[in-house]
Amino acid sequence: MSEKPKKMAIIVHSGTLDKLYPVFMLSSTGGAMDAEVHLFFTFWGLNAVKKEGLESAKLPGIMSVATGMMKGKIKKVGTPSLTELLAMSRSTGMVKIYACSTTMAFMDVKKDDLIPEVDEIVGAATFLDIAMDADVQLFI
Amino acid sequence: MDITGVDIELDCRGMFCPLPIVQLKKATKTMKPGQVLRLTATDPGSAKDVPSWASKTGNRVVEASEDSGVYTFLIEVS
Repeated sequence: MSEKPKKMAIIVHSGTLDKLYPVFMLSSTGGAMDAEVHLFFTFWGLNAVKKEGLESAKLPGIMSVATGMMKGKIKKVGTPSLTELLAMSRSTGMVKIYACSTTMAFMDVKKDDLIPEVDEIVGAATFLDIAMDADVQLFI
Repeated sequence: MDITGVDIELDCRGMFCPLPIVQLKKATKTMKPGQVLRLTATDPGSAKDVPSWASKTGNRVVEASEDSGVYTFLIEVS
């Protein structure tokens, strides 16, 4: 396509399984639709881009005890794991991942604690610069 | 328009969103303009998802049909 690619900007604030699934469903599909996808991981979302973070994501609150059952149901219909969806997203070459620098500071997360897929450590201005002319802006 | 040949067959039966679209993108990446892919899928979301994907990626759905829950699309790569 010769026209300018569509752009998606998503703030990933949640670190629970039920919220991370939509994030990676949209990022993998957005990438497959030739859209630039920018994912900003902040607050609880930052846990998702820590090493082993996606594997250990649980359902929220009291439902966390049912995480294994939910993962079983998801697997049964052949839907990929969060880790696999991340890999699919990245394989489109359209999905960029950012970690919030302030969250990293107050949660004492070091760069080495993050998965290698994190492209950059940035602040709000970087997100807004991208979001202001994005076609899709979401807060999940 | 008549499509005489199908260059690539992509069987996504049994898969759910987002897999058919991700697979479709992956398959069309290797194809040349003018080549035709036949996609079969059972995810009811495909009925609208595939045309949406095509409109955003500039590819063309030449034919779409449904038979007993199986959706078939002929897609011409641009």
